[in-house]
Amino acid sequence: MITFLSTIGHSVIATLTKTGRGALFLKQTLSYTFSVLCQPRLISKQLFSVGVLTILIITISGLFVGMVLGLQGYYILSDFGAEETLGVMIAASLVRELGPVVSALLFAGRAGSSLTAEIGLMKATEQLSGMEMMAVDPIQRIVCPRFLAGCLSMPLLAAIFSMVGILGGQLVGVSLLGVDEGAFWSQMQSSIDFYDDILNGVIKSVVFGFVVTWISLFEGYDAIPTSEGVSRATTRTVVYSSFAILGMDFILTALMFGDI
Amino acid sequence: MEENNTQNSSLVTIRNLSFAREQRVIFDNASLDIQHGKITAIMGPSGSGKTTLLKLIGGQLSPSQGSIVVDGQHINQLNRSELYALRKKMGMLFQSGALLTDINVFDNVAYPIREHTALPESIIRTLVLMKLQAVGLRGARLLYPNELSGGMARRVALARAIALDPMMVMYDEPFTGQDPISMGVLVKLIKTLNDSVGLTSIIVSHDVEETAAIADYIYIMSSGKIIGQGTPQELQQSKSEWVQQFMNGKPDGPVKFHYSSDNYFDDL
Amino acid sequence: MQNPKSLETLVGLFVVIGIGALFFLGLNVSNLASYSDTDGYTITARFENSGGLKVRSPVSVAGVRIGRVTAIDFDNTSYESVVQMKIGAQYNTLPDDSSASIFTAGLLGEQYIGLQTGASEDYLTHNSELELTQSAIVLEEIIGQFLFSEKEN
Repeated sequence: MITFLSTIGHSVIATLTKTGRGALFLKQTLSYTFSVLCQPRLISKQLFSVGVLTILIITISGLFVGMVLGLQGYYILSDFGAEETLGVMIAASLVRELGPVVSALLFAGRAGSSLTAEIGLMKATEQLSGMEMMAVDPIQRIVCPRFLAGCLSMPLLAAIFSMVGILGGQLVGVSLLGVDEGAFWSQMQSSIDFYDDILNGVIKSVVFGFVVTWISLFEGYDAIPTSEGVSRATTRTVVYSSFAILGMDFILTALMFGDI
Repeated sequence: MEENNTQNSSLVTIRNLSFAREQRVIFDNASLDIQHGKITAIMGPSGSGKTTLLKLIGGQLSPSQGSIVVDGQHINQLNRSELYALRKKMGMLFQSGALLTDINVFDNVAYPIREHTALPESIIRTLVLMKLQAVGLRGARLLYPNELSGGMARRVALARAIALDPMMVMYDEPFTGQDPISMGVLVKLIKTLNDSVGLTSIIVSHDVEETAAIADYIYIMSSGKIIGQGTPQELQQSKSEWVQQFMNGKPDGPVKFHYSSDNYFDDL
Repeated sequence: MQNPKSLETLVGLFVVIGIGALFFLGLNVSNLASYSDTDGYTITARFENSGGLKVRSPVSVAGVRIGRVTAIDFDNTSYESVVQMKIGAQYNTLPDDSSASIFTAGLLGEQYIGLQTGASEDYLTHNSELELTQSAIVLEEIIGQFLFSEKEN
């Protein structure tokens, strides 16, 4: 019983300590934002590995999600004779939820895990210590540009996901199933609100980008510098990021679309 | 009288250093001096905290007790920018080389210069090629770190460590895992660099023969304490059992072969 | 390793596509285009019941949208719903005795305000109030009335 309690106590303390380290890490990272923004070259290089290389998976997934939404939505809506609102359904679900959430999950799997592995390996091979000894702060030079690139990429990726998804839905709904094109777009335009739906979706994706990049970088930076430690940290990145995305999504949705 | 002399010309002064990591005591009241312009070796069995000592001197870790003075500055009382300014005057050669793997040899050596100076690219090129020439790898400047052998990687790391012409270079296990030829090359390089540029060198190593060949002064550590010190000749003739065991590589002696444990028979 | 120039080109392309996608969402998918009516004048109308009317519901005359609802408040003294609406600046010749009604687009569609123009020579201006209003039709009430009249018959 005592050992059980002490195990719980230890893990609580360990979790708190880790959270604290994570917060300090974030604070340090953010403190360099300005100086890193002055060196856009550092960011553009990271935008490539974090953003550009993620486009393909985002585009393909977005296309298929949109097509599935078109198909499923059509069958359900046609029961009520409301096929014309297919555009609204596809656009609302993509812009509000699926766009930010699914692209953030893909981002965590594609870019987040590689960030963790990269930083973890740099730590394991003493590259981070080496930079410190060269009087270069690795948080400034390695972590912060990646962090900013992650925060910038995420909303753009989510927007691409939603756009491709809507086009995919249109492909299925209008071109294959014969929903009227004019109704598809006009209903969509009159029902989707720029501030309530699109901007809130963008805010969501910015928050997700922030959280996922933070988790990924911190897990890498905090990884035990061995091959096993890095592999565990990579797993944790994907697991924690997914939890964080879904949990944050609920909170943000309640704040944005709830009536309170 | 000897003491006073060392006081005056020492670049790094460590007094009563204690350091513990999660209950494990790594240093216990250790004091040592690193003299200006000399090669000082810190030797000891694996796990005796030699690498930790270098990290303490570099300010990456801070001691639980005692003081470390580098070039007249208390390293653990400096703020970040002072510490970074001091680190620019230190070079460190990591065991693994710690080269940045996503840029080539030339850029690795140029990295600290680009970071800390605003020199034009043509001057950087000249400086880098000079450093690479010094380690004999000017021809390898376009290779990436994963294309280098261990010995070459360490030489590139050495070129990078001296890129900013530091006052002091710390070598972390420079000879470990090297074939006899690259070992010979490194030994010669360290010696030449030290003598020609007037560097202060700290070598952490457990390769007795190579280190003794070039070191001016040797500290031998075990269990967080300095157990012997002197010039290589003095140590060879030392009467201390510890020193004798270490210098001659006897398997058992005051430094036990077995990690401290309960009585073997009780354990069985 | 990518050549730095082509890398930057690809990053540029990524940013352009991403921002393009945001524009697409803003202009083609949502009602951002209809937010352009920033200049205009505000009028108010009091309804006994504003039903399912929402902020940003359309305001139309003769089937043409001329503005939208900007605020819906409850008047604590008269127990009425006070609806503020913004009318586009170019529609500045609406008679001040026009009346406002709340209609439903289709059987289950969204609710909007329809203005019926009056005959007055004076026009509605900023902060005018519409005197004549007709409340929203609440479906349940109509069904209730229908059932009631059926019973009587």
